[in-house]
Amino acid sequence: MSIAAPQAVRLVAGREISMRLRSKAFLISTGILMLAILASIIAGGILSASATAPKVAVVSETSSAVSALGSSGALELTTATSVQDAEQLVRDGTVDAAVVPASDPLGYEIVALDAAPTAVVQLLSVAPTVQLLEPSDNDGFLTYLIGIAFGVVFFMSAVTFGSTIAQSVVEEKQTRVVEILLSTITARQLMAGKVLGNSILAFGQIALIAVISSLGLTITGQSALLGALGAAIAWFVVFFVFGFVLIAALYAATAALVSRQEDVGSVTSPVTMLVMIPYFLVIFFNSNESVMAVMSYVPFSAPIGMPLRLFLGDAQWWEPLLSLVILLATTLLVIAIGSRIYANSLLRTGTRVKLSEALRG
Amino acid sequence: MLDVHDISRSFGTRKVLDGVSFTVGDGRMTGFVGGNGAGKTTTMRIILGVLSSDSGHVELDGRRLTPADRALFGYMPEERGLYPKMKVAEQIVYLGRLHGMSQAAATASTTTLLERLGLEERASATVESLSLGNQQRAQIAAALVHDPDVLVLDEPFSGLDPMAVEVVQAVLSEHAAKGAPVLFSSHQLDIVERLCDDLVVIADGRIRAGGSREQLRESHSEPRYEIELSGDAGWVREQPGVSVIELDGRYALFEVEHGSVGEQAAQAVLQRALAAGAVTRFAPVRPTLAQIFKEVVK
Repeated sequence: MSIAAPQAVRLVAGREISMRLRSKAFLISTGILMLAILASIIAGGILSASATAPKVAVVSETSSAVSALGSSGALELTTATSVQDAEQLVRDGTVDAAVVPASDPLGYEIVALDAAPTAVVQLLSVAPTVQLLEPSDNDGFLTYLIGIAFGVVFFMSAVTFGSTIAQSVVEEKQTRVVEILLSTITARQLMAGKVLGNSILAFGQIALIAVISSLGLTITGQSALLGALGAAIAWFVVFFVFGFVLIAALYAATAALVSRQEDVGSVTSPVTMLVMIPYFLVIFFNSNESVMAVMSYVPFSAPIGMPLRLFLGDAQWWEPLLSLVILLATTLLVIAIGSRIYANSLLRTGTRVKLSEALRG
Repeated sequence: MLDVHDISRSFGTRKVLDGVSFTVGDGRMTGFVGGNGAGKTTTMRIILGVLSSDSGHVELDGRRLTPADRALFGYMPEERGLYPKMKVAEQIVYLGRLHGMSQAAATASTTTLLERLGLEERASATVESLSLGNQQRAQIAAALVHDPDVLVLDEPFSGLDPMAVEVVQAVLSEHAAKGAPVLFSSHQLDIVERLCDDLVVIADGRIRAGGSREQLRESHSEPRYEIELSGDAGWVREQPGVSVIELDGRYALFEVEHGSVGEQAAQAVLQRALAAGAVTRFAPVRPTLAQIFKEVVK
């Protein structure tokens, strides 16, 4: 009747998940998070949609000059019967500007009410061809936003679920239930179940965020952005999976050193710092290629740095794979050391266990 | 039979267990007694594999214990605890499943146990909402849900209300009657005395005595008798082979040697007393466990 290891891990993970799903605080905070994401996408959609094409009145003589812009949607054309008619349309605000015949070399001029209609002028201007030696596909602001988005999602998930693991570890120590658990399953199985259960919850939340943001982008007509982001998001998910397990193992191991909920915060703060540093680096250095290149290999920041570099097209095809191998190796190493700390500290209640003692056993 | 074999364990430089060996026979209720810090909890944790030993091992029926064997153990740790926010029944089912039971078997066993412990009405209450006494009952259910083959209970009676003490006693006896080795520690020597067949005494990490209760009585105290006469008992002091422990008017408490020599000396006292007049009482005095314990650990 003894229990097989996978079954033990599955049971522990199942308990973690069901207890978490039953917590009202968790459900409400997840709901608020999802609403916030949806709201920001919809707000973004409305803002970009309100930037409509300028309305321009033309007369029969000038319609050929701007008809190309009209059919491409850059301008919204209204045909007026005469120049006076066109001017009247400008005066009463029906259009932003009118294009009327003139005797200058262009053959037409722009009539506007009280200010030069810059957008219309730019559209009708002839600009010299610009040749960029190092072209960039994306504008800086979008990069900044996406960087922050990856950073926020990773940071929030890691800290939220990481501290959940930490609390759950200490709860078992504080209530001594751990001793009953250890009489039938091993410390490693217990830790694996905890990390697995919370990882599944975190991945579920990430998947939900991905679905909601894809839906939101599609509904609000921003699917072009979605297409550009697709590969980066896919890589982000892959990196997130391993990166999260790494951080979860760290939280479990460090939390096992203390016996009271009050001490969880201080003992896990180094781990929180490890999660927070990449977040701030992304915000401050997202345009600095060398910082981003380093970040995309450091295991703690790779889940944020590498997808961003892929999105920017800065990374070679093999770079995410190499970074993933580094992350994977680090994760395995941390799990090995972490489960040792965990197993050696679980039954030591009272004062905080010294890290060196926990490692020695 | 559970066989603890030469177990030693140190924490840092402090040697907590030093060559601890004893056995718990099938169907024998074995009391494990010792002062605070004597090593009882550490020994039990090592038996359960919750803690590792520096040297020595534990055998069950002549084979080294495996994790599979240990899953069949019922264990009640000294420091009680269950998940405060989990429902009682759900929690006990969960622990049953961790011992390898199917969902259906664990549920059935939980229902039976909770009924027996008088906790069925609180089955879907969270543990933190239970009274302290009911939390103890839930703890007992947690130790027994998988119908264990071996019971190892650390201070099972501490903190129990008298009714729960009775239930636990009944459950322990029942398991022992089915042939399971039962090891329990307790500070309450009167309960141990009433309950145990065998006794293991530990002090400072060493086993000081072990064996059946009667055997221990014999080997750790001289046979004593008390006699109450109709006249003064002062003459008992002059009897050969007898040393008087207490003398109070018509009452005398005396000690004799072990074996037939001692018995004859005691009988001689009785004969002389009868010859002198009426004897209102003559009986062997059983030393209490507390006395044996003091004698053994001193």
